[in-house]
Amino acid sequence: MSDENGRGVSFTELLASLDMIPTWDIAPTDRFGLEAPVATTVLSLRFNGGVAMLGDRQATEGHLVTHRRIQKVFEADHFSAVAISGTAGIAIDLVRLFQTELEHYEKLEGTRLSLEGKATYLGRMVRQQLPLVFQGLIVVPLFCGYDEAERIGRLYTFDVVGGRYEEHEYGATGSGGRDAKAYLRSAYRADLNEEDALDIGMRALVAAAQEDTATGGPDLSRGILPSVVTVTEIGFVEVDPAKIAAMATAALGDIR
Amino acid sequence: MTLPFYVPPEQLVKDRAEFARKGIARGRSIVGAEYDQGVLVLAENPSATLHKISEIYDRVAFAGVGKFNEFEALRVAGTRHADLRGYLYSRSDVNAKSLANSFSQTLGNIFTHEVKPYEVEILIAELGIDGSSNHLYRVTYDGTLSDERHHCAIGGQADALSKILEARSEQLGSLADTVNAVAAAFVEVLDREVDGWEAAILDPAVGRRTFRRLPDTEVEEILHSAG
Repeated sequence: MSDENGRGVSFTELLASLDMIPTWDIAPTDRFGLEAPVATTVLSLRFNGGVAMLGDRQATEGHLVTHRRIQKVFEADHFSAVAISGTAGIAIDLVRLFQTELEHYEKLEGTRLSLEGKATYLGRMVRQQLPLVFQGLIVVPLFCGYDEAERIGRLYTFDVVGGRYEEHEYGATGSGGRDAKAYLRSAYRADLNEEDALDIGMRALVAAAQEDTATGGPDLSRGILPSVVTVTEIGFVEVDPAKIAAMATAALGDIR
Repeated sequence: MTLPFYVPPEQLVKDRAEFARKGIARGRSIVGAEYDQGVLVLAENPSATLHKISEIYDRVAFAGVGKFNEFEALRVAGTRHADLRGYLYSRSDVNAKSLANSFSQTLGNIFTHEVKPYEVEILIAELGIDGSSNHLYRVTYDGTLSDERHHCAIGGQADALSKILEARSEQLGSLADTVNAVAAAFVEVLDREVDGWEAAILDPAVGRRTFRRLPDTEVEEILHSAG
């Protein structure tokens, strides 16, 4: 369904109809040593009745730390969360567009998209970035949420070309993603409760920070704590900072 | 070449206004009213799926009476306006005044330029930030924009409803009191049982997006609890 200008429920189409989507005509070879801040490790894991998502707070440019308190885990809508890795500037705007897109659909249609619908749409948005991938500006999100129909938490990983893959246990992306997954592989169990899932997630993040220099672990002296959120039947919840600090302290004591 | 008949502008406006008013008079009314915590919008609506009241943005609600396709088109345009602004600038840059203004412009243009005017009336409600004053805007078929205080009625029985609410403004306190007072005003004006309610509130307790629909069961409960 669309109006006389070909605009339907999509916010991106609305932007396009107003000529508001920036485009550049740059060949892949025109990359003159461009460096932009890169967001590193984010991960997500399922537990009984929901899903948790965690992310570190550091952004780097090569060997340099550019931001210590960047936010990489966001509320996508009431029942889902999205996290980013890759070129931060582009990824954060991608998240803003995704959030607006979900809300726009919900308001115009009067119902929320299904969780799978949201994941598919995000995959499409990543694919639209493909020309930028050839410039070296890569964005890879991680998406999770509570499936209101199935009454379970679900999570999706993506690749640079917009491939969308549902994960049944856990997923991680970013420079420390491999190390986080290595920890999760040994620690993850089916039927985790929320408390244990958050503890395992925090340990995986700390493990990644130990192995990957680009990933910033919990920095208790500066008071920089990882982002920790859950999505359950009550919706998206940011975990209380005091609780995150306690979890981070415990994890730093355990992981060597 | 034939020249069109000359129609004096007074006559043109009068005819169009009469046409639009007739259409709106057939529509069921809607009331927006402040209560102590937020803003209530209450409508008579027999349909549970074709909404007259909707969310436009974090603190802004929309209600329309008259022809469904016409106020629905305005609602969609309003949502686009708000989402575009919030995306390009910041969520706090979206406000009811600019929305009401754009509805006023649109309806004014349609009234004078289109073959037939829209047979609609629009209510825009905005919840004030941190207890600052709420806003209720009413936009009529010809684009006339007015800023109402405390309560606002649109539709066929708007004037009668406004009068009753004005007289009973001291009864508008808690949400339950306000729902009961407005519902009683509807019953009194219509002089019959109401054919289904549609209710929504702008409630700061909900979170960033303050719009919440009150389910039928909740409305019935509030109305029964008052006896």
